[in-house]
Amino acid sequence: MGLLSKKDAKLITDPLADNNPITIQVLGICSALAITAELKASLVMGIAVLFVLSVGNVVISLMRNIIPSKIRIIVQLIVVAALVIIVDQVLKAFAFELSKTLSVFIGLIITNCIIMGRFEAFALANKPWQSFLDGIGNALGYAIILVIVGFFRELLGSGTLFGIPVLGDPIEMTGVYGLGYENNGFMLMPPMALIIVGLIIWVQRSRNKDLIED
Amino acid sequence: MAVNTDKNSYTIIFAVAMVVIVGSLLAFTASSLKPNIEENKRMEKQQNILYAMGVNGNEGTGDITFVSTDKVAGEFSTYIKEQLVIENGVAKVDDQAYLIDVKKEQAKAKNGGTRRLPLFIGEKDGKTSYIVPIRGKGLWDAIWGFVALDKNMVVQGAFFDHAGETPGLGANIKQRYFMDDFDGEKLLNDAGAFKGITVAKGNNDPKNLIKDDNEVDALAGATITGDGVSAMIKKDLKLYLPYFKNLK
Repeated sequence: MGLLSKKDAKLITDPLADNNPITIQVLGICSALAITAELKASLVMGIAVLFVLSVGNVVISLMRNIIPSKIRIIVQLIVVAALVIIVDQVLKAFAFELSKTLSVFIGLIITNCIIMGRFEAFALANKPWQSFLDGIGNALGYAIILVIVGFFRELLGSGTLFGIPVLGDPIEMTGVYGLGYENNGFMLMPPMALIIVGLIIWVQRSRNKDLIED
Repeated sequence: MAVNTDKNSYTIIFAVAMVVIVGSLLAFTASSLKPNIEENKRMEKQQNILYAMGVNGNEGTGDITFVSTDKVAGEFSTYIKEQLVIENGVAKVDDQAYLIDVKKEQAKAKNGGTRRLPLFIGEKDGKTSYIVPIRGKGLWDAIWGFVALDKNMVVQGAFFDHAGETPGLGANIKQRYFMDDFDGEKLLNDAGAFKGITVAKGNNDPKNLIKDDNEVDALAGATITGDGVSAMIKKDLKLYLPYFKNLK
């Protein structure tokens, strides 16, 4: 037996595909639309959510027996907001460059439905270690979709990946642009993220019929 | 013993305790890290000013690279020859002028006060640049920048930054392919009247070779951010017009 029991391992692997937070639970769509115009931003957002969700899940799980149910949503919101602000302040003081990159994501992290969704659905009812794994799993599942969407939007919309031109130069007309190819500016618009997410959902459900709801 | 977490009294006590604990934790973090954060912001401002006048680590057409933080104080005093504050049309030397908060000055002007206008005079390779800070609104939050001009108000270099524009769209005002387009653009028209620079859609000059049209090519999907850049250039740089008229 490895490091994790079978049940614990499932907490990580399930959200990657069959219980993916974006394509199955349909949480976190807002940020998937907002920041996936480029691959780098998708990756940064994925890592930031990984951190906040795993730590936040543990904190909520530790507090699960003392949180009054009437105000639990507010308590969850305070925990995630405090966590994110403290991390932001520490980064501003000791890793200023990194904090500049992350600052635009702060608001998106606090209001991300995945975070509140996992607090509410899992951490409030489970032990810290399981909650930690659940946080990692769901954040990874979220990050995978973000990276896939970011990859296609940046490639087809700007002809670059991580800001590096991969299809030639559209102004000098080199590479595939010389053959008459043009960047699809529409890919940069948020609605295209929704269409790509829709395509992923389609592919996923046609491969696994169990996922289709009646 | 299990606590009855449904009782009203418990809920209120929990809420109060939570607010006190989280509040003091945040206050403690913020106040203990403040000196470091202020110092970082100060150095960033110096880096940005130097960047606009062309003192940076840029290579080829890659990412923006600033003067490194350990060298920035020295480089700043080497290249920036004079810092001025213009108030009511009178320019005074003030070597702390770069610390002036443009946001506060704009608010002051709005409430009927006089706005202090900082201006930095830099010299590199025998060329004098007049660097002006500007600030405005993007789509989501504040945008700001520094524009280096020669004495005819022709742009020598520009730096833009933002607090929260959309990554991949509006946030690209901080990319070199956008900022570099401003080099050589004129703020005045042929008759010498102030015209500003418009971030124009239409893709009529994507390589941005035409330098006397008072236009640069816009970013796809970032109309409002681009309009914000045009607006802050027009509004804030115009205030310096009398100073530049006096230079001639």
